[in-house]
Amino acid sequence: MTALDLDRAWDLHPQVSVRPEPFGALLYHFGTRKLSFLKDRGLLTVVQSLATAPSARAACRAAGADERQVARYQRALAVLAESSMLVERTRTPCN
Amino acid sequence: MQLTQRAPASERLVDLFERGLAAPICLTWELTYACNLSCTHCLSSSGRRDPRELTTDQAKAVIDELEAMQVFYVNIGGGEPTVRPDFWELLDYATAHHVGVKFSTNGVRLTPEAARRLARNDYVDVQISLDGATAEVNDAVRGAGSYDTALRAMSNLADAGMKNFKLSVVCTRHNIPQLDEFKALADRYGAQLRLTRLRPSGRGADVWDELHPLPEQQRQLYDWLVAHGEQVLTGDSFFHLSAYGKSLPGLNLCGAGRVVCLIDPVGDVYACPFAIHDDFLAGNVREPGGFAQVWRHSPLFEKLREPQTGGACASCSFYDTCKGGCMAAKFFTGLPLDGPDPECVQGYGEQLLADRGAVPKPSGDHSHRRRPRPVDVTLTRHRPAPDRPPVTACAEDPLAGTDFRA
Repeated sequence: MTALDLDRAWDLHPQVSVRPEPFGALLYHFGTRKLSFLKDRGLLTVVQSLATAPSARAACRAAGADERQVARYQRALAVLAESSMLVERTRTPCN
Repeated sequence: MQLTQRAPASERLVDLFERGLAAPICLTWELTYACNLSCTHCLSSSGRRDPRELTTDQAKAVIDELEAMQVFYVNIGGGEPTVRPDFWELLDYATAHHVGVKFSTNGVRLTPEAARRLARNDYVDVQISLDGATAEVNDAVRGAGSYDTALRAMSNLADAGMKNFKLSVVCTRHNIPQLDEFKALADRYGAQLRLTRLRPSGRGADVWDELHPLPEQQRQLYDWLVAHGEQVLTGDSFFHLSAYGKSLPGLNLCGAGRVVCLIDPVGDVYACPFAIHDDFLAGNVREPGGFAQVWRHSPLFEKLREPQTGGACASCSFYDTCKGGCMAAKFFTGLPLDGPDPECVQGYGEQLLADRGAVPKPSGDHSHRRRPRPVDVTLTRHRPAPDRPPVTACAEDPLAGTDFRA
């Protein structure tokens, strides 16, 4: 598994739906028809703020994650990226 | 279902799921009890339409609720769902409201035009039911001509460019020797093979003794599933086979009332699609609070989400993976729910089956009153009595022509 670049901007795949659950959340990808899950609410906060954060690291920090948690979230986000649940956000052209 | 991520053993997904979810993951919705076929093992005893069936507007209200609860997709079945005149309307309504649809069909309405329509919709998946890789094996269970109907539907789907639709097989004593042929058939049409377990539910109870796999076939099926891994879907229905050793891919837990449930054609909500019986009836979507109220607060579902002790199985070293097997299989074979599955691969179910008493009957039966089989009739010619006038169309007396001189 390749490491996820925390300093780039990420987002959920447009065909992914997220449903909060008592233990975290369930994710469903309508394109691949695969299900995945988030094991805690902290990770859910990170995933939900990816779209507006300048980078994945910024999303982790905004969720109050310390160094150790950032490393854990990085591994979880990499699993999600590998199954196409997350996609890198294309940078808007400079003007 | 397929899971893309595995939790460490200390916090397994199954342990989280056992306590229930905000909404089901796999919701089966049987749209109608009407069916053009009369499969001998039909788990919902389908055939005739129920006059109390949900109307189009009531069905749309259910879809609105599923959207609000973020139910990702529904497994639509029946009966034969495509015989409902509003089937396509409901399909479009669901997918437009972010509720994906996977529907099971015998293929009767999958014309080339219907196949093209399905291929255009990313939020739809199709399962073609077939229970034999040859017409002989299939038609013995599903009825004459049903093999050809299914293959024509698969051909239409493939021609329309529909990728990865499902070929869905209920495993029986007669088709387990055909597993490789099923795989080849699915590959030929660009489909994915899905194998599920025969349950003694509905009319399945009448044929279960003759059709359920023999012990050595269970082993053969398990080895085949292990060899094919995630290429073959199982609907998580074979977790009782995990007691052979290695767990099969999937959730490996009885999801009844925890991650799955059934909405039947009249809106009744049951704990699982294989348990259409009053003991597993949780409520109705037409009651105040609708489906959400039933899912979240029905006493039955709350009970199913409590920790299970394992009962007679608790001391078995395989209990952790097999969890005592399938609740519906135990119930409809008359076995206690807190003991082994009737098809327990360690053999603990066999003695119980031999000693079983009365078996519960399903709560409803919508079977065709007359099975579509040839019936012998004897025609006799009516000879008018020589001393009485022949009865004409004008004779209005209801007793006209009756001879009381016996």
